Amino acid sequence: MHSIFVLFGLSILVFLIARVMPGDPARMALGPRAPEKVVQKFREDLHLNKPIYVQYYYWLKGALRGDFGTSLFTKRSVAEDIREFFPATLELMLFTGIVMSVMGILLGVLSARHANKWQDNLVRVVSYMGVCTPAFVFAILFLLLFGYVLNLLPTIGRLSPWIDHPRKITGFMTIDSLIAGNFTAFWDALKHLIMPGLALALGPMAQEARITRSSMTENLQRDFIALERSQAIPERRIMSRYLMRISIIPTVSVLGLDFASQLGWAFLVELIFNWPGISRYGINVMLHKDLNAIVAVIMIIGLMFLVVNIIVDIIVAWIDPRIRLGAERST
Amino acid sequence: MAGKKKKDSHTWEKVKKSWYQFSKNPLSIIGATIVFLIMCLAIFAPFVAPYPEHAGNFVDFSNASRPPSLHHLFGTDVFGRDILSRVFFGFRFSLVMGFVVISLTAPVGVTLGLIAGYMKGTWVDTLVMRLTDIFVAVPPLVLALAVTSILKPSVFNAMMAVSLMWWPWYCRLVYGISSSIKNEFFVQAAEVTGSGKLHIIFREILPNCFGPIFTKISLDMGWVILIGSALSFVGLGAQPPTPDLGTMVADGAKYMPDQWWMAVFPAFAIMFVVFGFNILGDGIRDMLEVEEG
Repeated sequence: MHSIFVLFGLSILVFLIARVMPGDPARMALGPRAPEKVVQKFREDLHLNKPIYVQYYYWLKGALRGDFGTSLFTKRSVAEDIREFFPATLELMLFTGIVMSVMGILLGVLSARHANKWQDNLVRVVSYMGVCTPAFVFAILFLLLFGYVLNLLPTIGRLSPWIDHPRKITGFMTIDSLIAGNFTAFWDALKHLIMPGLALALGPMAQEARITRSSMTENLQRDFIALERSQAIPERRIMSRYLMRISIIPTVSVLGLDFASQLGWAFLVELIFNWPGISRYGINVMLHKDLNAIVAVIMIIGLMFLVVNIIVDIIVAWIDPRIRLGAERST
Repeated sequence: MAGKKKKDSHTWEKVKKSWYQFSKNPLSIIGATIVFLIMCLAIFAPFVAPYPEHAGNFVDFSNASRPPSLHHLFGTDVFGRDILSRVFFGFRFSLVMGFVVISLTAPVGVTLGLIAGYMKGTWVDTLVMRLTDIFVAVPPLVLALAVTSILKPSVFNAMMAVSLMWWPWYCRLVYGISSSIKNEFFVQAAEVTGSGKLHIIFREILPNCFGPIFTKISLDMGWVILIGSALSFVGLGAQPPTPDLGTMVADGAKYMPDQWWMAVFPAFAIMFVVFGFNILGDGIRDMLEVEEG
């Protein structure tokens, strides 16, 4: 319920920002040499001559039916554009999410198990650098190192041009090629994912590692760990079964925030790697002042953000028995 | 007179203690040194830069695209401009961006947070906090991109756009503190003795929020600079020939991999700034936490 309110508010905010701009969107879409009559007709078609709340009403009516208007830049329906570009971003973000959560937690656990030994110090130094390096700097450095100098990984796009595109089913290049049984395409698509995915994942991964480490070392002092040790439960089992579970709760909560902020940095990373996703589309429409598309892109990002937060809340509640039982008791 | 002196020595003791806490961690010292160095380089850029005239519209094609050498430590760009000099001038824009955005947003966010926190449960609280919910539902970079794209791209508009997106974070931080402090005895005592609302909010509650606010400011300097450079990177912030770090990375990226130095050195410069402010912020946090605890 709250999420619906936030989305609704966001739409008003973005709509206001988009409509107070100086200049005439109709004139901009048609070019300076279009006859006044055509521009006038265009304005009427898009309700641009009406007051702003009327414009918002028309926009909301369309948006609820999944119609975000026509893009003034690609001259196509914005909803169609988004359907085309969105899966690429989702695939990239899922890859990023998996790398940052799995690697971050593993590094944190490694660091905590070998606290104050060289493994720990190495992880800590690396994660300090990771936290401070913006994704687009990682992207540029990777591009140079793995793309050009070592020539290991492809530098742009989702698939090499000489490989046939698999039939579009899910829109995820890797999954589509697996369904088609085309392993060359799968391998190629995966290789294209690695650089942009890592560039986005390294910063948050470092953050997760730091949080996991500090929460594990803190929980290691707790009484129940001493109790389990006194009962001769194997150390491995204590670590993986009892300590991990409570220690990754703060990590998972931060994971949601980090994932969301990476949605922002994806704008730059997609641009650098020429990744045909919604963020690159977003930058293009922003540079062309394409209002309908700008509003729609921001709404989609906001929606993704909310969904991620809901998923994180569910995961935390599932891991943390205190929240789960508390909710049951209160109902 | 004597009372004043006593107070002075007490403050001096406190400063000494804080400095001890701060300097215990070598990382904080490194952070402070980096930030100080960058500020000096930025302020005295026209004097310390090897080629100060290269900051603007300077062209020297006979020296274009030179790799790093003793004459040009970071190499030169396609117009023959010394990249090291431009990085020094780039620090100026980054720091100005950080200062302007934070001095605009922190007071607004803090004031709204204080008021909403003190009036928790009233319509003011609901209005302000639901408004921040909307702003934080989208990554700040995305909204800032959208706003700058609609305005004319310039350094000034980039600052305004980031400022518009940044206040809710201060508001949320202060709201959390003030809504819990308002139930403390000293606030109730002030209420009972008939202090005005303004007095309670700014003289009783605000001083208790300073620690987290200052920590956030020093951490935020890094992030604001980062977002500013990201806007320039896309072409929505500083416009050429302004020497901005983000613009330099974007321009240099076009000439990779052969002229790698054009993108890599400005990129490292951004990293350096963010790194400095981050570890300084961590140091300040440790210092204030000990002081309070």
